[in-house]
Order: sequence, then C-alpha cells, then structure tokens
Amino acid sequence: MDSALASDDVYLRESVRTAVKLLVVGHFAVGKTTFVGSLSEIKPLRTEETMTQAGAFVDDLAGIKDKTTTTVAMDFGRLTLSESLVLYLFGAPGQQRFTRLWQDMTRGALGALVLADTRRLEQSFGVMGLLEEHGLPYAVAVNHFDGAPVFPEAEIREALDLLPETPLVSCDARDRATSVQALIALVQYLLSRTTPHQENV
Amino acid sequence: MTPPNRREKGLVRPYVVTDGRAHPTRNTFDLVTLVVAARDRPLGGLSPEKRRLMQLCMPGALSVAEVSGHLQLPVSVTKVLLGDLVDSGHIITRAPIPKAQLPDAQILQEVLDGLRARL
Repeated sequence: MDSALASDDVYLRESVRTAVKLLVVGHFAVGKTTFVGSLSEIKPLRTEETMTQAGAFVDDLAGIKDKTTTTVAMDFGRLTLSESLVLYLFGAPGQQRFTRLWQDMTRGALGALVLADTRRLEQSFGVMGLLEEHGLPYAVAVNHFDGAPVFPEAEIREALDLLPETPLVSCDARDRATSVQALIALVQYLLSRTTPHQENV
Repeated sequence: MTPPNRREKGLVRPYVVTDGRAHPTRNTFDLVTLVVAARDRPLGGLSPEKRRLMQLCMPGALSVAEVSGHLQLPVSVTKVLLGDLVDSGHIITRAPIPKAQLPDAQILQEVLDGLRARL
C-alpha cells in the first residue's frame, strides 16, 4: 500500500471529519467479504445482529406463530481517502427478510456495488430488487471466478435486465486494483446522477 | 466465503447490558457516525460494558460500526450504550452526514479522487 494516508492503525486520523459508506452486496458466496478485505486498510471487522423473524412456515392450525432467531453478520472495512474523508465498505447479506438491517445499512449510504457470478446470475435479482426498493443507486460488478463462463457484456446486461445507464464492470475480488476500479465505476455513475446534463468524467 | 463464526456467545444477554432497552435515548447514530471519548470524565459508576467502550474509544475516533465490531456487541446494543454515554458527556460525536442531505457532488468527487489516488 503506497498511499501516505493508508494505515494499519485501529483509529482514524485526527483530521478525519466526514465518513461515508458504500455497500457491497450480493448473494451467498459471491465474494463480498473477499472484496471488502482486498480494499480495507484495517483488518475487516464483523458486526452481528440477532434478528427475530416470523417463521417461513407458520403452523396456523396450532394458533402459534413460530418465531426463530437468526444471527446476521456484516463484514466491513475502511479506506481513508483524504485528510478529512473516510470511506466505509459494508458487505451486506442479500436476504429479503432482514428488513431492519437493510434500513440501517442503506440509510445515508451513497450507493451500492452488486457483485455477481456468471454461474448464478439469476441469484442477483433478489438483492437488486431490494436496492431498488430502498432507492439506492447501484452498479454491477461481475466477480471473476476461475472456470466461470465469460459472456459478452450485452448478454449479461440482458440476463440481469439492467437499465442502460447502470454500469456493468468486471473485477476480481481478490485483486485490489480491479476492485478499486469497480468502485470508481460506481462513484462515477453516482456523480453523473447529481448533474444529469453534464459530463463529469 | 464468510467463515463460520466460532465466537462464544457472551455470558450476559444483550438486554441485560442495555437494562432491557432496545432503542437508544437518541436516534442520531448511523453505522458511520464517528465517536470519540471525552478524556476528562470519570469512569467510576459505569457498567463494565460502558467502561470497555470508553477504554476502546479513548485513544482516538472510531465509527459506530467499528465500536460494535471491536466490542463484539450487536450494533443495536452498541447504539444504546453510546446514547447513554453521549447523554452523560462521556462520548462526543463527530458530525455524521446529515440524514436528509443527499450525497452531493462535492463529496462524491472527493470519494472519486481518493479512489483514483489508490490505483
């Protein structure tokens, strides 16, 4: 790590005043934790929340609502971007049922990067739907897995039913440079949305 | 892939740590709200969890999410403890992004510049 701002230190620099967050989302085992780990200047941390949820199969005949508790883990990392600005990356589970967790995560987030796997593209729909529900803009990054099929961009766009303006990039979550580039594509897109009639890039 | 978590659950249930409360006294904490400990406040009389939190936050600023991660407490419990400690003057928050404010172009440009400098 060559940046003078980077640090293995636990604590933030004195001069940091603004913290922003981006979400890294996707289905199970798509590489969220790896992606966060490649970029973070600190050892990624994990927070956990115990969720009470109504059971999926409710035995109404017995008149008892079945409740179960689930532990939801969220891995996150940190990147100091300037003297005063720090970026947090939250790797978020894509399950629909953790509504409160999603509200907490999406509140104040700048946007989200959806990680996708060409072997299981259809599994990305759930999380993309959740982002749209929460009004969070996103870009899609196809995470490269060894041996996974490579499709032309147009085919992936069609398979994921992406809007024409939604950025689609590829990355290798194990590789810092391609992961940074995926985030850059996302932030360029977010920036372009703030001034729709101007070219920002 | 996320490894399975082998951490033992704490002896004390979360609702004991928070005196049975599920919500903080103030609702101003975001996951990335930055907090720092006031150095001139006595720690006597604080619960063990609050004392641990103060010790963690004494050397410098951290986000709410980091406090939760380091203390291995759920985010919701961490927010309740932080709310009490802000009320008692033990913890000071550094301005988070105001909730209503949309991400403005200036912040996004700063993020973009910072990321590009990383390449």
